[in-house]
Amino acid sequence: MTVDQPKYKTSDEVDFVVVGSGAAGGIIAKELSTNGFRVVVLEQGPYLTEADFNHNEIETLALDKLTNHPKLQPNTFRKTPSEKAKPQRALVYGRCVGGTSVHFTANFWRFHEIDFVERSKVGAVAGTGLMDWPITYADLEPYYTKVEWEIGVSGLAGASPFDPPRSKPYPMPPLPVKSSGVIFERAARKLGWHPFPAPMAILSQARAGRSACINCGFCLSFGCEVGAKSSSLATAIRMAERTGRCEIRPNSYVHRIETDANGRATGAVYFDEKRNTHLQKAKAVIVCANGAETPRLLLLSANKQFPNGLANSSGIVGKYLMLNSGGVVIGQFEHPLNDYKGFAVSRVMHDFYELDPQKVGFYGGGGLDARFDFTPISFAFGGLPPETPRWGKDFKAALAQDFNRTMEIFCHGTSLPLENNSFSLDPDLKDAWGLPALRLTYTDHPDDLKLGNWMFARAHEIFDAAGAQKKWSFPAREQQFAVHLLGTCRMGKDPKTSVINSDHQTHDVKNLFLCDGSSLVTSGRGQPTMTIEALAFRAADRITELAKGGEIST
Amino acid sequence: MDELNRRHFLLRAGAGLSAAWVSANWPALLSAATHAHNAAKAATPPKSEFFTPEEAAEVEAITARLIPTDDTPGAREAGVVYFIDRGLATFWTDDQKTYREGLPDLQARVGEMYPSLSKFSGLAAEQQDAVLHSFDENTDAPRRAFRVRPGAQSFFEMLRQHTINGFLIDPDYGGNHDGVGWKVIGREREHMFQAPFGYYDKEYSGWQPEAKEADKK
Repeated sequence: MTVDQPKYKTSDEVDFVVVGSGAAGGIIAKELSTNGFRVVVLEQGPYLTEADFNHNEIETLALDKLTNHPKLQPNTFRKTPSEKAKPQRALVYGRCVGGTSVHFTANFWRFHEIDFVERSKVGAVAGTGLMDWPITYADLEPYYTKVEWEIGVSGLAGASPFDPPRSKPYPMPPLPVKSSGVIFERAARKLGWHPFPAPMAILSQARAGRSACINCGFCLSFGCEVGAKSSSLATAIRMAERTGRCEIRPNSYVHRIETDANGRATGAVYFDEKRNTHLQKAKAVIVCANGAETPRLLLLSANKQFPNGLANSSGIVGKYLMLNSGGVVIGQFEHPLNDYKGFAVSRVMHDFYELDPQKVGFYGGGGLDARFDFTPISFAFGGLPPETPRWGKDFKAALAQDFNRTMEIFCHGTSLPLENNSFSLDPDLKDAWGLPALRLTYTDHPDDLKLGNWMFARAHEIFDAAGAQKKWSFPAREQQFAVHLLGTCRMGKDPKTSVINSDHQTHDVKNLFLCDGSSLVTSGRGQPTMTIEALAFRAADRITELAKGGEIST
Repeated sequence: MDELNRRHFLLRAGAGLSAAWVSANWPALLSAATHAHNAAKAATPPKSEFFTPEEAAEVEAITARLIPTDDTPGAREAGVVYFIDRGLATFWTDDQKTYREGLPDLQARVGEMYPSLSKFSGLAAEQQDAVLHSFDENTDAPRRAFRVRPGAQSFFEMLRQHTINGFLIDPDYGGNHDGVGWKVIGREREHMFQAPFGYYDKEYSGWQPEAKEADKK
């Protein structure tokens, strides 16, 4: 904690209780407290700061220092609703103040116009719930700009001919190019495509009391020890604290939203660190717990008045989950890239953002990026060519030969919204607090897999044009593990096919708002956090207006 | 962190960093220096906490076949057995059972394959490899896991994964003694780097917007 925060009593009816302190919760707390409201943020994870972050791969990656813990919070998985789900780790998300934004890659593309109106443009896709957003890119543009300037994004405006219109340039230049970026840029241009400097939520210059990136090389999955990564922790949370009206309450695991006889939310019930139960009273509740935990909380809050779960008159809470399709192609080159230095991504390409289904034979689109996101240990498990022996002399020789000469092209793509794909409550498995565990049900739409393979083929073409000595990938596989958690309480005009309206207000409970990955109507092209943050800025504006107009308290 | 340590750290870090860059990034560098210093303080000297000396000798012999010593250091020089030992006493306590059951199995396998011998560490290198191959189910470990989570399958697979962890972890955290694992793979042991990073970005002349497009017309 950097400044003194107010300490509200649970019996104080504060203006807003915000559940979750990640990409969305941090920004909403900052905006609402700046606008004069009294805010309590309940975060299930601990309050770690820069001093707690390090380069310990075991602690961070294997022991889940920053993430949901599979022992305390087990999951189950099944492919279809007709199967009984089996226990298996099914998702990862940030479980600390700042949420997933603490450990993310920080790839920060905006969504394009098409993402909001795709249903109208390409038409219905049979068997899916593809629909338009109730807002457009133009509605969100000012908020994307806010994210770039207030949270801190490096990039070069106008560098991609496919970029949507913007009202302002980036606040600072792109991060330096890596060898992977140079190889990618030269080869893609040879093929007539349009690579550009990656927009990244990492500071290329010192700004607002924060340091520029020092290229330490432990970025994806790690917390930034110098605060250069623009996480909610390093940005919005600190700003919220400085207002003197926002309390961040860590180790607070919300498991029920209380409602009164009139069907209005009265506050959030949570376990503290010692597993004592409290009710934090509030005039309104805003859930920003991520695309898995937000629907779970609504389902856990079922009561007599709301037997299917809170805000679930539509029956679609937790459904239409989208994980984003895609995967990676790996290549090796003659000379050292030393790509372990620095952040992950330095070049991106959007030539295939909008593919024509008539031409390619499937729905979708995507982006490609040039990266190296391995650490020494994760490289030994996942970065070597598939035929490499797994131990012994030749394994060691491959490590020595390849670590510095390897790069990846990551293909990020759309997922179609399918009603059967969901997060729900497991009927049998419980977490360490005795609450129903998260159950993931997921089968990729065939078009999502076709798109993945189509993009892998383009990445292979780039490696060929670049003169890679070796390259490999695996066919797109059905996913059983969730990282991007999108669409599970989606926004819409029709209460029958959506959970929240365009103000992020639930259709059913007027003083209950949801904002995070669950709000998304379409999946975008694989980089959702920028859009989640823009939505959060916009939601805070909308909620402020409703509150000031007396439309929440009555 | 005191001034002397700070200066020592920055000297170590200073190679290849320009004065202007160092001065522009001074607060971040100090913060990184403090991290490195704290981590170094936290590292403990090697002493056996979980294995008996006999077990430690067997495990060390196995690690030395998984990542052998040739013209460069291997698991033995990286002190991997000490790291595994400390891990089993602290952050890998869940894995103790697999070792308790696995080591006698290994002993038995050695006796089956080489009846005149009883210890893995007493076998010739080729014999050791033959024993390990008999354990290596070559499980279809996902080639690209998002995280480095041992699947906790067989004793062999666990030991393989633990050995790699002990060889390649940042030396500040008790394994990879003297950074030999990073020397083998060519990772510089610094907390910060300045561009250019590698061969291909060294000669990059800066971003040229749509140069190719203009040429075409």
